[in-house]
Amino acid sequence: MATAETAVSDDLATAKRKRYAAGVLKYREMGYWAADYVPKDTDTVCLFRITPQDGVDPIEAAAAVAGESSTATWTVVWTDRLTACDSYRAKAFRVEPAPNAPGQYFAWVAYDIILFEEGSIANMTASLIGNVFSFKPLKAARLEDIRIPVAYVKTFKGPPTGLVVERERLDKFGRPLLGATTKPKLGLSGRNYGRVIYEGLKGGLDFMKDDENINSQPFMHWRDRFLYVMDAVNKASAATGEVKGSYLNVTGATMEDIYERAEFAKELGSVVVMVDLIIGWSAIQSMSNWCRRHDMILHMHRAGHGTYTRQKNHGVSFRVMAKWLRLAGVDHLHAGTAVGKLEGDPLTVQGYYNVCRDSVTRTDLARGLFFDQDWCDLRKVMPVASGGIHAGQMHQLLDLFGDDVVLQFGGGTIGHPAGIQAGAVANRVALESMVKARNEGRDIRNEGPEILRTAARFCTPLKQALDTWGEISFNYTPTDGSDFAVTPAASN
Amino acid sequence: MMTNPTGRLTQGQFSFLPDLSDAEIALQVDYGLARGYAWSIEYSDDPHPRNTYWEMFGMPMFDLKDAAGVLIELGACRRTFPQHYIRLMAFDSTRGVESVVMSFIVNRPEREPGFALERQEGAGRSMRYTLRSYAADAPEAERYRR
Repeated sequence: MATAETAVSDDLATAKRKRYAAGVLKYREMGYWAADYVPKDTDTVCLFRITPQDGVDPIEAAAAVAGESSTATWTVVWTDRLTACDSYRAKAFRVEPAPNAPGQYFAWVAYDIILFEEGSIANMTASLIGNVFSFKPLKAARLEDIRIPVAYVKTFKGPPTGLVVERERLDKFGRPLLGATTKPKLGLSGRNYGRVIYEGLKGGLDFMKDDENINSQPFMHWRDRFLYVMDAVNKASAATGEVKGSYLNVTGATMEDIYERAEFAKELGSVVVMVDLIIGWSAIQSMSNWCRRHDMILHMHRAGHGTYTRQKNHGVSFRVMAKWLRLAGVDHLHAGTAVGKLEGDPLTVQGYYNVCRDSVTRTDLARGLFFDQDWCDLRKVMPVASGGIHAGQMHQLLDLFGDDVVLQFGGGTIGHPAGIQAGAVANRVALESMVKARNEGRDIRNEGPEILRTAARFCTPLKQALDTWGEISFNYTPTDGSDFAVTPAASN
Repeated sequence: MMTNPTGRLTQGQFSFLPDLSDAEIALQVDYGLARGYAWSIEYSDDPHPRNTYWEMFGMPMFDLKDAAGVLIELGACRRTFPQHYIRLMAFDSTRGVESVVMSFIVNRPEREPGFALERQEGAGRSMRYTLRSYAADAPEAERYRR
């Protein structure tokens, strides 16, 4: 017995000596490929779409992704042997060709829970989308989806308000909320800007919104904007008897600026503040904490996401961004319209909405969801559909997205031929008619246009809206559709 | 009369539409019942947007499975409070929701005088706003008298 044990330990020592001998090893030989690995419940699992350089073996490429997004460096280091290094190595455990995409592969990679600081999206992203996306042996890489373990989810507080409590605060139930972005984006003085807010809200919208690049430029200082906007919000509230809001964009150059602007919004009684995605993960989580302390709804405009979410072969899918943002803690998130002017095919966009609103998100390949994701009762994010939509699409929007969504008609309100209030009325009447009809059991997808025309008989502003925009649609082929056709098998 | 485009209080799901008939109300109630919601009836003479707690006209009808029952209760509420706001609300007790999921007004006072906006000027052009319901100026039992 003693002899056999000695032999085994000698073999192991020899193996370790070889593994850590100075030089360059293949990643798959360094422990980053483990075909028989079964992910633990506490592992984070990522699905990458990789395009290896010509001649690079896909398994080696997958192992390299695992390596470069966890512990690896390009050469062997003896200091690995001071650590329980196997824990820190991410493990690629499955690689298969991506459907209908020659040269592209799906690679599944598992990460131990020790790799990520609790409650820090900054830390998680520094690993998962840190160096690896610039790695030369890959032509391109994209993080398609992520399964975040329950244990890690519970280290986040999530949305400060959540869509259920938001509705309670606003006293608005059973229908999508209505909003509009103030236009033109740039150039209005604070006084003129407030006029647009007042007309939109009094006409029937629930929210107005600053645009992403409205901060504090020479034509309108942020304090001026906040003062005029809040006068408009309160006047509209008095005129309608409803709670109204306007997303005050507090995005600024520094965290100090952001806090200063948010404090002023709070002093003036705003129910909501807004930040842009480009302020970065740490700032987003800081603002989430601030909003939680001050009973404030946090609106997130995903400005900039298209630079890395849109191309199918490289970057990060928006469904991953939505998961991270739900953990980081935002209440509203722009998640696409499917029928409007901005990118997104309907099923893929529905996948983003599921991520925002589900208690448990189920695997649904047609919607681009590769994993089950238990959200552990984390509050739900209200998705926002904004960009090139109008009242004539109300049946499609309600059918695609249901009640828990903010529908934002910017041009579709402010560009109404009879004015902003008329635009708001058209949208609100279209919305209420469609909700009522759906609840009555009508097939809104097919009968929608007729339901709208009927409502337009008692509502001239809606008639004018339909006459102006009824035929407008944006039918371009999406660049980011599902890899899996919708068939009975896929929808199982 | 209020000055917004509808001329009236616009709280609830359907304030921009013509008033729902009892038959239309029953269809909405059926929609909620089919989803397992519990209906309840609330009334108020103070429609301030932050007046969350309207009076309950009885308990939520948790075990009621027929829209006709809700309509009977609504009829009783309308007879008792013809000049009050009355709303129907549906509750969803599903885990992760546990809140109101439908709410619409089914009775209104004849005249809806609306709200005054009071401004208290503060330092640096800042302002404190107060909404005051004109109807609520009268004592509780005397609002919205014909």
